[in-house]
Amino acid sequence: MSMINVDHLAVSYGRGETMTRVVKDVSFDVAEGESFGLVGESGCGKSTVLGALGGRNRQWTGTITIDGETINQKRSISQLAKQQMVFQDPFGSIHPRHTIGRALLEPLEIHGKNNRQERVEKALKDVGLPLNFRYRFPHQLSGGQRQRVAIARALILEPRILLLDEPTSALDVSIQAEILNLLKDLREREKLTYILVSHDLAVVAHLCDRIAVMQNGTFVEVASKKQLQNGSVTHPYTRTLIDGSRGYVVKQV
Amino acid sequence: MTRSGYFNDLHNWLISEDFTSTRQARLHKAYVAWLSLLANPLAFAGFAVVVLLILIATLAPIITLHDPVSQDLTMALKAPSAAHWFGTDEFGRDVYARLVYGARTTLYISILVTVIVAPIGFVIGAMSGYLSGWIDVVLMRITDIFLSFPSLVLALAFSAALGPGIENAVIAIALTVWPPIARLARAETLTFRNADFVVAAELQGAGMWRILLRHIVPLCAPSIVVRLTLNMSSIILTAAGLGFLGLGAQPPMPEWGAMAASGRQYLLDAWWLTTIPGIAILTVSLAFNLLGDGLRDIMDPRNA
Repeated sequence: MSMINVDHLAVSYGRGETMTRVVKDVSFDVAEGESFGLVGESGCGKSTVLGALGGRNRQWTGTITIDGETINQKRSISQLAKQQMVFQDPFGSIHPRHTIGRALLEPLEIHGKNNRQERVEKALKDVGLPLNFRYRFPHQLSGGQRQRVAIARALILEPRILLLDEPTSALDVSIQAEILNLLKDLREREKLTYILVSHDLAVVAHLCDRIAVMQNGTFVEVASKKQLQNGSVTHPYTRTLIDGSRGYVVKQV
Repeated sequence: MTRSGYFNDLHNWLISEDFTSTRQARLHKAYVAWLSLLANPLAFAGFAVVVLLILIATLAPIITLHDPVSQDLTMALKAPSAAHWFGTDEFGRDVYARLVYGARTTLYISILVTVIVAPIGFVIGAMSGYLSGWIDVVLMRITDIFLSFPSLVLALAFSAALGPGIENAVIAIALTVWPPIARLARAETLTFRNADFVVAAELQGAGMWRILLRHIVPLCAPSIVVRLTLNMSSIILTAAGLGFLGLGAQPPMPEWGAMAASGRQYLLDAWWLTTIPGIAILTVSLAFNLLGDGLRDIMDPRNA
């Protein structure tokens, strides 16, 4: 059964004469438990697709179906809990003056959940942080620890879907691998569905089964992980991206 | 420097960042703020004067020997002496007692104005920054209208229209003080409006009031508190000005501005009538300004 179904999605910013269509016409399907990647250069609209799915961007047309439910531009509180977002910058995504415990309690209060203390402790345990971190402020944590907090905050509402907006690009390389492995474990344990946005093909290939390549607001190709690895992609832009991710290779003459 | 064991333990517990409870995290923040206040002598002097003012106002009946309103015309216009430290005024009332009770009036006005102005200014400014669009335009134009009048003239007009009296003076001053607070709250809100942590809260389903009160207030509070503290002196001066012009506190209530005004007629013979309340107004205004500057260094993250 498909968890996310997107049909002819178009997203725009601004109104009237200054309106720009960032995502033109995008359709895709993500199965339950699947991990779907979106790659492309800056400004191609990949984060905007994610924003529309998460409820951040409301100026869209087309059809979005999440967990069998057709989503409107304005969502109910239970629809919001179905998917949660993890942001790129762990320094900006946690309130600087809330303790970690406060940041994790906040969604529970909004949704009126019970057993709040147990849930906070479980969320911290799930992302591999010690329990006494709940009394700390974000400025006392490293980037990787903060990103773990951001993941814990997203998971605390028990969503079915995690929307990951470049979750590792603000972290240094050794921490990137840790966070990616954490995300991989969590997906297997909690049966989560992922949509991962990145410009880093290596990150996407590590986590995703299928990858959509975006350019100028449309999908140019949806490739499988295998296709990326053995280079049997069809579109020239995808090939350019793959070459780009290999770094500088000396041309054989 | 040697500390006794208990205080040393307390200090270490407060300074440690390895928190074991929310209470410790909060106390740690307060303690660090206290230490940086101690490290800033001018701000600490301001703080001390403000604390002293509050103490004087609360202990007024204990620390004065004379009634501030009872008249004794045989004792009129006596120079400062052992019995009357700051002399007596034209009705033979003890200036020291009137000064001490006047601290109550001053505190009453400035605290009441602050309590009225802070929530109004914050809600108007934060709503207009958060919601933007036509609400922003309407609220900010109203703010502009209030801002375009000189504040003393506006306060004068309001208290003349409402009638003289201390409550009306409070309302009149409050009406002139809220617009800069609203502007400040709006500017602060705009900087955080699209921050990821606000978007995250929205995606979790937080409503406008939750975001304003839980997420925006803790970030705006430092600059608003600093602004209000710096405003205290202008509130005191405006109140004194209204009192001086006869639109604030009404006789026989002791009020520093009114005291300075009534002493003006006897300036050459009885210098203490104008000088003593003048010095009091100066000291308290200066103290609030110093404290405000110090608080800005302590609380405002951009100055850290």
